[in-house]
Amino acid sequence: MQLEKHMHENVTVIALDGSLDSGTAGHVQQELNVMIPDQGQVLLDLSQMSYMSSAGLRVLLLVYRQSARTGARLALACVPDEVQSVLAATGFLSFFHVSATVEDGVAVLSS
Amino acid sequence: MSEASGAAGSPALLAERLDADPTRRVAGYPVRTGRPLPFGATVVPGGVNFSVYSNHATAMTLVLFRPGESEPIAELPFPPSCRIGGVYAMIVYGLDVETIEYGYRADGAFCPEQGHRFDRGQILTEPYAKKITGGETWGEPRATREYRAQAGYDDFEWEDDQPLNLPPEDIVVYELHVRGFTRHSSSAVSFPGTFAGLTEKIPYLRQLGVNCIELMPIFEFDEMSNPRSNPETGERLHDFWGYNPLGFFAPKAGYAATSRQGMQIEEFKNLVKQMHRAGIEVVLDVVFNHTAEGNEQGPSISFRGLDNSTYYMLTPDGDYYNFSGTGNTLNCNHSVVRGFVLDCLRYWVTEFHIDGFRFDLAAILGRAPDGSLLANPPLLESLAQDPILRDCKLIAEAWDAGGLYQVGSFPSYARWSEWNGRYRDAIRRFLKGDEDTAGEMAVRLVGSPDLYEGRTPTASVNFITAHDGFTLHDLVAYNDRHNEANGEDNRDGEQSNNSWNCGQEGPTDDAGIRALRDRQVRNALLLLLTSRGIPMLVAGDEAGRTQHGNNNAYCHDELSWFDWSLVQRNHGLVRFVRSAIAFRHAHPALRGSGCGESHAGTGRYPDVSWHGAQAWEADWSPHVKLLAAMFHADSDGTQDWVYLAANAYWESQDVALPEPPAGMAWCLFADTGAAAPDDVHEPGQEPPLADQTRASLHGRSVLVLTARPAAEPGMPPGAAAPPGASET
Repeated sequence: MQLEKHMHENVTVIALDGSLDSGTAGHVQQELNVMIPDQGQVLLDLSQMSYMSSAGLRVLLLVYRQSARTGARLALACVPDEVQSVLAATGFLSFFHVSATVEDGVAVLSS
Repeated sequence: MSEASGAAGSPALLAERLDADPTRRVAGYPVRTGRPLPFGATVVPGGVNFSVYSNHATAMTLVLFRPGESEPIAELPFPPSCRIGGVYAMIVYGLDVETIEYGYRADGAFCPEQGHRFDRGQILTEPYAKKITGGETWGEPRATREYRAQAGYDDFEWEDDQPLNLPPEDIVVYELHVRGFTRHSSSAVSFPGTFAGLTEKIPYLRQLGVNCIELMPIFEFDEMSNPRSNPETGERLHDFWGYNPLGFFAPKAGYAATSRQGMQIEEFKNLVKQMHRAGIEVVLDVVFNHTAEGNEQGPSISFRGLDNSTYYMLTPDGDYYNFSGTGNTLNCNHSVVRGFVLDCLRYWVTEFHIDGFRFDLAAILGRAPDGSLLANPPLLESLAQDPILRDCKLIAEAWDAGGLYQVGSFPSYARWSEWNGRYRDAIRRFLKGDEDTAGEMAVRLVGSPDLYEGRTPTASVNFITAHDGFTLHDLVAYNDRHNEANGEDNRDGEQSNNSWNCGQEGPTDDAGIRALRDRQVRNALLLLLTSRGIPMLVAGDEAGRTQHGNNNAYCHDELSWFDWSLVQRNHGLVRFVRSAIAFRHAHPALRGSGCGESHAGTGRYPDVSWHGAQAWEADWSPHVKLLAAMFHADSDGTQDWVYLAANAYWESQDVALPEPPAGMAWCLFADTGAAAPDDVHEPGQEPPLADQTRASLHGRSVLVLTARPAAEPGMPPGAAAPPGASET
């Protein structure tokens, strides 16, 4: 899985490209730890995420926890249908703000 | 890691362990001596700790697979250093827990006459498997012969959730099948037939008012294990109910919308968490009397190959005792098996926040290894006194298939409740109008003190129907079982059902019969929900669910699905049930712990008093088909009265009402003899009876009144006469 970070106005947008599973979870989590600022707004763009397993979901939840601790605001954008289903069925959707597009997510986080 | 990671600021030193590195290689994999406890596969830093035990095996091998591949990728014999006593424990490093499946080979003797059936050729599932793969999609044959396990994560964001610990007298149990509840296309959920789908139905459960769901087996089982087909259609039959457990620690993958992502544990935990948020307890129906391995002809899946003589009750010749009716009987009072059962229940309570358990064929749990009945069964005592299980509801199905019937005599340790089969039989006979049944009905109505002397009524789980048997709709529509589609020439299923079709077998256009059936259904539900003890409903009975006369629907994957269009079509019945549940919640008099103390001479109302055609005069003659009772509760100065009269006679009968308490008037909650919507009133808005001295009961009907403050002293408010109650 590839991660790419860029700034969109004041929002740190991180795009996750590929499969987030037990094989990639370790390095993705380490990279996110570095990329996510202690404060400010972070949007995870999942439009290119092909698959997310249990381990992958745990990464998202750990990121959520980290942001809750540090005070960063976190949202997800462009969540693929299957990932959205998994988040819904396991109840984890309620932890995240989800936007249909990166622009919407940026707007919500900036407001 | 030098960051002293996290807000807690704990010293980095503690984050590292001295024993976190492998010490050797086995089959190319870095390993280290593992920890025997906890049993099972546990994710540890850098690897997985595998711990499995067998007192009679001579060696053990861990077998690793990639998902879907038939050949193993590695076989790791446990080295001698990885064995303590009969426990084999090894940490294997560098495993990707999501892409590794595992099983075991156990070496040992094959000599059935001595009880041993070891077979190196079999790959075994371990008893503590938390996830069992291969059954992710319900109804699809498994790709591999053996049932493989997978390690999983055990952390979950529970927030502050805990088991609810509702007082037993306050619960209304709703028995349901996870798949059957939402699989029907009418269910309108996003995830039909799954834990997530059930979670979506919480608003319905809340509205109905039930506060405890009892889930038919959710431990992993193989729905494709039934070899029979439907003789009428040729279609294959299933094990739909799932009373043949493969894995006692694994939630059934085929019940999870997310099992393809390996998240059945998380999905089920979310179900429990959301139920708790809605004030609803979750009780599991658990099967510890037998396993899916069947008799000596059956497959060797797990226990048989790991330690047959420990896990199963065997005859002196090494054959299987069959007290369960399924070919084998788990050896529950063997100390190893007892430990296993306790570990299992503790797991479900601590990891899944389960509120209670209903034990299938629980009488078996009181049998010794030779099948004889124990006076003081160690397993039952352990469960009753375990600190982790202390607040759990423990409910026994207090009989077995070996002829043991322990309703009223199941060793309870003042903790266990029982499915009261005698309640079911008594209420069915009374409703049918059988001779000499009112007296027993009276006893059942107040918690069966004849069976549970010295205990509270919550020892009795009252029910009219359960998954096993007719639905309530069918109980009043069929005299006989109609199980031809089960493929056993209609020989299976209970033969004596105390059912009555009201005049014609099966569906009918006869308006009179249909009206009578509707009334009988309401009579049954109203009696159940006004009885002392713990009432249990079966999902769908509140909406008239039918199985077309099949009273043993274990093998049908569609017949017992809940058709949600019934909720609309039979909205009057759903409303009736909802109101009756709300009425129960609103009236402590119905949930009292007494069974009829008189308080004579104290000026206090008895908590139960019996009446008849005349107030304060019950007639217990065998031919009398009338039962009338007044319930009273006085808690913290708040008094509560409920009057109930049930007429099981086919013609109407009059009852003289006991004088209402001073300043109060009898108000009509329900009269099943009245046509909807006047058959029931919203609790708290019951209209006063015009005639406070007597009421007329329609043939085969039940009347429930409650005392509410009268608008004018001594006189009921001048409201219009409530329909039904005072008209003859």
